[in-house]
Amino acid sequence: MEKFLLKYFTLIRVIIAIGIGIVISVFLIYLTSQEPGFSLRSFLLGPFLTRSRLAHLFETASPIIFCGLAIAVAFQAKQFNIGAEGSLYLGAAVGTAFAVSTNMPAFIHIPLVLLIAGLTGALWSFIPGILKAKWKASELVSSLMLNYVAYFLGLYLINYHFRDKEAGFLVSFKLPETAWLARFIPDTRIHYGIILALVLAVLVYYFLYHTTAGYEIRSTGFNERFARFGGISVFKVIILCQVILGFLAAFGGMTEVMGIHRRFLWQSSPGYGWDGIIVAIIGRSHPLLIVPASFFLAYMRVGGRVLNLMSDVPAEMVMVIQSIIILLITAEAFLSQWKYRITVRQAERGGAA
Amino acid sequence: MEKILEAKDVLKVYENGVIANRAVSIAVEENTIHAVVGENGAGKTTLMKIIFGIEQAQDGEIFFKGEKVHIRSPRDAIRIGIGMVHQHLMLAPDLTVAENMVLGNEPLRAKLFLDTDRAGEITLQVSEEYGLQVPPNKKIKDLPIGVRQRVEILKALFRNAELLILDEPTSVLTPQETEVLFKTLKNLKKQGKTIIFISHKLNEVKQIADRVTIMRDARVIDTRDASELTEHDIAQLMVGRDISFERIRAPVTLGESLLSVRNLSYVNDEAILVLNKMSFDVRSGEILGLAGVVGNGQTELVRILTGLLQPSEGEITLRGENLIGLSPRRIREKGLCHIPEDRMEDGVAEETTLEENFILDRYYKPGFSKGLRLLWKDISQHSRELIEKFNILAQSTKTPVSALSGGNIQKVVVARELSSDPDVIIAAHPTRGIDVGSEEMVHRLLQEARDRGKAIFLASADLDEILKLSTRVIVIYNGGIAAHFQDVSKITAGDLGPYMLGVQREEAVSGKVSA
Ligand SMILES: Nc1ncnc2c1ncn2[C@@H]1O[C@H](COP(=O)(O)OP(=O)(O)OP(=O)(O)O)[C@@H](O)[C@H]1O
Ligand SMILES: [Mg+2]
Repeated sequence: MEKFLLKYFTLIRVIIAIGIGIVISVFLIYLTSQEPGFSLRSFLLGPFLTRSRLAHLFETASPIIFCGLAIAVAFQAKQFNIGAEGSLYLGAAVGTAFAVSTNMPAFIHIPLVLLIAGLTGALWSFIPGILKAKWKASELVSSLMLNYVAYFLGLYLINYHFRDKEAGFLVSFKLPETAWLARFIPDTRIHYGIILALVLAVLVYYFLYHTTAGYEIRSTGFNERFARFGGISVFKVIILCQVILGFLAAFGGMTEVMGIHRRFLWQSSPGYGWDGIIVAIIGRSHPLLIVPASFFLAYMRVGGRVLNLMSDVPAEMVMVIQSIIILLITAEAFLSQWKYRITVRQAERGGAA
Repeated sequence: MEKILEAKDVLKVYENGVIANRAVSIAVEENTIHAVVGENGAGKTTLMKIIFGIEQAQDGEIFFKGEKVHIRSPRDAIRIGIGMVHQHLMLAPDLTVAENMVLGNEPLRAKLFLDTDRAGEITLQVSEEYGLQVPPNKKIKDLPIGVRQRVEILKALFRNAELLILDEPTSVLTPQETEVLFKTLKNLKKQGKTIIFISHKLNEVKQIADRVTIMRDARVIDTRDASELTEHDIAQLMVGRDISFERIRAPVTLGESLLSVRNLSYVNDEAILVLNKMSFDVRSGEILGLAGVVGNGQTELVRILTGLLQPSEGEITLRGENLIGLSPRRIREKGLCHIPEDRMEDGVAEETTLEENFILDRYYKPGFSKGLRLLWKDISQHSRELIEKFNILAQSTKTPVSALSGGNIQKVVVARELSSDPDVIIAAHPTRGIDVGSEEMVHRLLQEARDRGKAIFLASADLDEILKLSTRVIVIYNGGIAAHFQDVSKITAGDLGPYMLGVQREEAVSGKVSA
């Protein structure tokens, strides 16, 4: 039994954290709602109750996975680039611009649009990379600032050059059908983007843990002086991981445009890049853990939306509840004492034998 | 005599299940110098960390001045009068020496701001008082490891602890500095203080300790009066077998110069001339020893030779090929390896596994990867071989380096660097913190490499090591070569001393010395 607990400690810790988070949520909902039972049900079970909400869960998770993977690659090298949001936004805008102005068969159009979006994001993210590698400028600051620049550039591109004046909203032209990602579950908007996200999670995992470049990235993250000492080009690593970050984020943003909206309609930045940071932290920057982490965050988001729509719990309280749960999960030291005590008992038993 | 500290039946199990102390009991009498010795991984540091409140024991009791105490943090320990100098120094790298000295005990201006001038004065004063020189206004990260060690020692002395724990304080000090430290310790003893002293240098233990506790395999084997034991006895009790202390000297067949340094100068960021037109050769089949008091340019010299620092002027060639301006990778590929002076900073990535630490310089080579893919199976196999060959105490190849004892971490670094089979070995304090048994092994490996025609450059604070291994010795003082001894067999540590301290320069003498 105790061996089992040790082995799955991290998982158990997450489950307990969620449990505690739920207890606190119950308490807060009782405090603020006239009909707490109903509100609670909306929040916790809401996401599963209708087909469309369930679909919504998958749709929400998809871009978060891309951004989580993006951030994770940089975090593994201890590069605190938080520019996923900007790369995603600008990449999707440029990809959209390209998609609406070209015409080719789907089997070329789709990969090409995704590639162009991804490369735009990569190029964008190259800027904080080179600033850091060459002049030691903090990537945290520069990527944050560049998020704003990317936002206004993207907005300008769409609103001034690719705006669909007939649409009645500030949105881009609709993408030609050759650049759509198909939806494969009827009556939902779940599209092939989620499949791409899952495949990429495996690829990124493989890249980080089973390739030489991944080793270079992780070694730099563990100890930069050590990497330099051993002959790893830290310069290359710093740039590489941020370029990958930009690529993955923009790629994910583009799938969202191609699968869900089929035109560019973000007048404000969608925030997936920030969610990516949260899931990268929850998933300890491990690509395979980012997937469940993203689904969990999507669940929180959808539940929050349902709660907001269906009950009398104020939107602010919904945010508070979400944040508390996330906070509990991300706390490193939570329950570590408990794990320790079990280890000790185990060792003593082994030691006596 | 009164016991100032007594630990009874201490049990310590680390998070990964390693038992580091098993029913350990130790009694330290007041007003004595008490040495603790034992092989790498025997549990010495662990016991000290428990006494100092960094680690918590699972079982056992600790009595301080006859009273049972519960030390939950270093804060508790300091409050009751215990001080400690750690094996892996724990100074804040971005703060200056003075700031580190007063950390936790800061002189304030207007009750709010750190009084930097005052901190500097205090530092100078303490430095003066105990005869260990430190630069108050330099940042820790810019200092060589030996100087950091001095800072850490001074910091502990300044706290005025009644019981002072020193975990391998002399591992990077030169004999002269050790001498000064010992004088200080004896003085402290006279003032009624008590000292616990850990060292792998048994002559030091003999020289200064009143009592000796020997640990092996997480247990205390014995505690005796130091006068009852010879160095040999201690070593035998520690290891359980015989050990040679002889200077081993095979007939050397000197070959061509492999590494050649000409007019090498280095001016640092503060416009100080750290290296001044150094020239020397390291030839195939020899070990060239570099002796000197820490802080005379050794750190910079080694970093320049290995491509981690760019010189201001001069030439470095390996087999006639230029090394200056090449990346550390290119230099390594030309056949050079480097055992760094600070294992924790450069030598290892603590958080990750032994395997990943072993492949740092070779992960991209055939046998470890194929195309882009890492061959983990082969890497694990390779790691197991290194662990075995270098006698590293670790649970598995997947153990994180942070779970190893200090000496074992050093062995990890040595294993990686020597196993790359380089032509030129640049070794800075290669046996720092390694126990006598393993030291013998490392020395043997260096000698074997020499006999196979490699060129070895050995920078060490340990003069005995230099004299034991070197074919020739150069003495560095103030960034220049103060002396050059062609034949080491005729000299002693005493002969090197005056040159190391800059009292004498080469021109002034003849005979033993030649250019
Ligand atoms: N943080 C840790 N986590 C797990 N195991 C540890 C940890 N620190 C030390 N150990 C293990 O505990 C044992 C004793 O280590 P300790 O550092 O006390 O040895 P030591 O006697 O000081 O050795 P050295 O002479 O090499 O410094 C070793 O087997 C080591 O691997
Ligand atoms: Mg130790």
